[in-house]
Amino acid sequence: MATYIHWQLESDAQGLLWLTLDKAGAGTNTLSGEVLEEFDKVLDAAAALAPKGMIIRSGKPSGFVAGADIEEFLQIKTGADALRMVRRGWDPFNKLAQLPFPTVALIDGFCMGGGLELALACRYRVAVDDPRTRMALPEVMLGIWPLMGGAMRLPRLVAPPQALDMMLTGRAVDARRARRLGLVDVAVPVRVAENAARMTALEPPQRRKLPFPASLMTLGMVRPLIAAMARKQVARRVRRDHYPAPYAILDAWSKYDGDPFRIPEGDPASIGALLASPTAANLIRIFFLQERLKGMGKETTFEARHVHVIGAGVMGGDIAAVCAMRGMTVTLQDQNAERLAPAMGRAQSLFKRRLRDRLRIRDATDRLIVDTAGGGARQADVVIEAIFENLEAKRALFAQLEKIVRPGAILASNTSSLKLADISANFANPARLVGIHFFNPVPQLQLVEIVSGEGTDPVIARQAAAFVRAIDKLPLPVKDSPGFLVNRVLGPYLQQALRMVDEGVAPETMDAAMVRFGMPMGPIELADVVGLDICMAVGRELGGDGAPPKRLDELVKSKQLGKKSGSGFYRWKEGKAQKGTAGPVDDALIERLIRPYLLEAQKAVAEGVVADADLADAGLIFGTGFAPFRGGPLHYLKAGT
Amino acid sequence: MHQDIFIVDGARTPFLKSRNRPGPFAASDLATAAGRALLARQPFAPSALDEVILGCASPSVDEVNIGRVAALRMGCGVKVPGWTVMRNCASGMQSIDSAIANMRSGRGDLILAGGVDALSRAPLLYSDAMVMWFSQFAAARTVGQKAALFLKLRPSQLLTPVIGIMRGLTDPVCGLLMGQTAENLAHRFGITRRRMDEFSARSHARVIRSQGDGLLRSAHDGMPAEIEPLYDAKGTLYLDDDGVRKDSSAENLAKLRPFFDRKYGSVTAGNSSQITDGAAWVLLATEDALRRHDLTPLGRIVDSQWAGLDPEQMGLGPVHAVTPILKRHGLALDDLDAWEINEAFAAQVLGCIEAWKSVDYCRTELGLEGALGALDEEKLNIDGGAIALGHPVGASGTRIVLHLLHVLRRSGKKRGIASICIGGGLGGAMLVEAV
Repeated sequence: MATYIHWQLESDAQGLLWLTLDKAGAGTNTLSGEVLEEFDKVLDAAAALAPKGMIIRSGKPSGFVAGADIEEFLQIKTGADALRMVRRGWDPFNKLAQLPFPTVALIDGFCMGGGLELALACRYRVAVDDPRTRMALPEVMLGIWPLMGGAMRLPRLVAPPQALDMMLTGRAVDARRARRLGLVDVAVPVRVAENAARMTALEPPQRRKLPFPASLMTLGMVRPLIAAMARKQVARRVRRDHYPAPYAILDAWSKYDGDPFRIPEGDPASIGALLASPTAANLIRIFFLQERLKGMGKETTFEARHVHVIGAGVMGGDIAAVCAMRGMTVTLQDQNAERLAPAMGRAQSLFKRRLRDRLRIRDATDRLIVDTAGGGARQADVVIEAIFENLEAKRALFAQLEKIVRPGAILASNTSSLKLADISANFANPARLVGIHFFNPVPQLQLVEIVSGEGTDPVIARQAAAFVRAIDKLPLPVKDSPGFLVNRVLGPYLQQALRMVDEGVAPETMDAAMVRFGMPMGPIELADVVGLDICMAVGRELGGDGAPPKRLDELVKSKQLGKKSGSGFYRWKEGKAQKGTAGPVDDALIERLIRPYLLEAQKAVAEGVVADADLADAGLIFGTGFAPFRGGPLHYLKAGT
Repeated sequence: MHQDIFIVDGARTPFLKSRNRPGPFAASDLATAAGRALLARQPFAPSALDEVILGCASPSVDEVNIGRVAALRMGCGVKVPGWTVMRNCASGMQSIDSAIANMRSGRGDLILAGGVDALSRAPLLYSDAMVMWFSQFAAARTVGQKAALFLKLRPSQLLTPVIGIMRGLTDPVCGLLMGQTAENLAHRFGITRRRMDEFSARSHARVIRSQGDGLLRSAHDGMPAEIEPLYDAKGTLYLDDDGVRKDSSAENLAKLRPFFDRKYGSVTAGNSSQITDGAAWVLLATEDALRRHDLTPLGRIVDSQWAGLDPEQMGLGPVHAVTPILKRHGLALDDLDAWEINEAFAAQVLGCIEAWKSVDYCRTELGLEGALGALDEEKLNIDGGAIALGHPVGASGTRIVLHLLHVLRRSGKKRGIASICIGGGLGGAMLVEAV
């Protein structure tokens, strides 16, 4: 049998072929051009052997296939380039689908994008039932759609509504959910997975057919109706001029059955049209920014097994719960058992929501330990202070901690408004203190600022970043200066909007303007969510010029602090702001609102709060939700659109 | 080889009274919650333990080796052996004694020993007749056979389950309920209903006083708090032993009807220990382990003893287990600074006191020359006992050893004895010293 660089083709005694993808020189399988070209040849060789069946699996312990090689996207200039690239996968996947013998994809670990499209081209899919197994078509997040047959095959396999949901959101499903959807034929533990794949190939079961009403939805005449319904839902979430890809997915499926080669040039669903808008390029840019943040802390072997959190408020409690959920032993300290109770309740509901499985919920619960005496600090690898923002209290706490913690342990503060240098002023070793600054709500927000003071040991900052990666968040190294990056940039932006309230601009209008711009939430609503007292304090900390905005001042004085107190600029009902109708929004209003944000971001970069403009963009996208399709504030300023 | 055995730390859950339905925590939840809090404050990793031994009188069917379940759930890692011991009401004292035995035979020098039971989750069982019916039903081949079996089914069989805990509280050899053995002692020593109720009211009063002082919940005299709080799946906090009642005066207790010997007896639910869920642990170490992990000992277990007696008199177990210890160390009852005798029944603790006072009992049953004397009740269960706190069977043996140490250190005293009576006609005792 011929030998290949990335693939191994072996036959066994039962007449089955085992085709293993083990991409050379990589830790993860991605479908690069080379891998796909070789795949085409392997398929010809396999067909010539006329086996009883063939099983395709991964040679990497990390997973099946992570998707396309996104580095290659950077070389695409035109729609024709893109179609040539798509062709490299489209053709062999069709060849695979037409092989005259049973083919089985054996999926262990992640199976994303092109990887799932490959699996979809097999006759059967066997998945290992493990939380690591995740299947998704996340192309929409890069501003494109599943071009290598996914948009064609997935709706036929799992019914259009479920397929569209996966393609439009990019959401991943685990093995059990995939089994229920019909995305995989078998979901079994790893111990029998190989045998399940073998038996499926040797005794192929009846192929799954969609039940009657669902099968109707795949017909050419019915597809536009389904797409129209889905389009209404999409329109509620995103605008086509911001995010053309979801709309393109619906058109490509309903009009062209997911075949990119049938779409005429110039059609908005065509890959050429998608690439002509800056959105795809910006989203791909964000993908690489995210990869860069994910790489932070890789240089160290530091491993956090035990985390001690002091302060069981919303912040501290949620930090503790997230760490426990990610497998760490956590001791959570506060003055008494009563103060810990709300945090324990929130942790339970987080575990239930995210872990679902009874045993995994129990294990996370077991790892989260209340500790009113604070004895857990002695053993911890990471100690995080999340008490109220009072310098004296923090100093007193750290003075005690410094005496009892292990020599190699990280001492961290979650402070958002105090200077690290002030907190560590009377440390025996001030180089030990690092800022690990989370954002509220901790379970949802990915960004965590790693704050280094002038004296902070860079090794400790890297270890802190490694810890943040271990709880699957994105670490952003920042300098110890007021507001760090995120709050510093949000400050003037919110102040501007709050002052415009005093000028008589309706909050609803300003919020609508910034949502139109692409922010997840307008500035006034954000102020209400953050808490008006906090906005006031932050405004003062960041040296807001002169008197606070009048209306803000009034509201704070009358204890209307926003969402948490039931009313602020808006009245809040069941967690939703009760808004009136917005006035007309024009570009001048948008410009006025966003300008302070952009200028502050520029200043922060100039002052070296982050190492470079790209990191500022990354931080502000993941930390403030800055319109992702614009590629980040500094990129936006540079591009001028 | 005689080797000093030190108590380094200890913790327990609040004891939660059974409310006639399954409580909020399974037994392994209780054991894990208290144990993980205890381990989190140690200077060594949980994986450094040599073993985990847990006493449990009625582990549920899904966690029969609950010692291993708890060890794994507390994060001790797969390599730390965990096992379960069962000596009815003294299971939590047996675990300590098993740890001592293993340490003295060189099998380990750092052992976590404890006890647990979640009696509120004791199962309801099918009667034998019902089990037979299920068996026939499973074997029935045809629809006709099955239908015939349904016709034979009596609703009374289905709707009157065997209450597992009542079976557990019945001596299988002499056939008496535990409360009936307490009635035997009342009869033998002439203990009146009034005395039992007064003893019980005092137990409640003492628990209320110690709760008011906050002694169980806070660190004192170099010891971490005895009770670690529990939180259930909704985040509800359980902070205190909840069986104690402010209205348990002797007058109120006098209104209750006899439960075991109905109508004519004198042992009531009010002067018996409560049915309760709870867990307790102590961390035991040899001198080597103290040095290796830089641990500070709180106390020492000097001696222990087990004894057997007539199952119908099982409540006198402490008398038979304590007396040999006193003899070995040349101690009189008065030489001890504090006593913990588990309050299974008021009549039973009072029976022990009477037995030691009785020349006849001491001569014929203990082989002594005369009476041992009167036990000073001001030294006995000074923070109350199982009548007010509850008796989560497996946990009680550990609790009284741990609490005795708290009492000794708090009062700056030296020596005490913890002892427990055991269904089936046994007694266990430990001589403890503060360090």
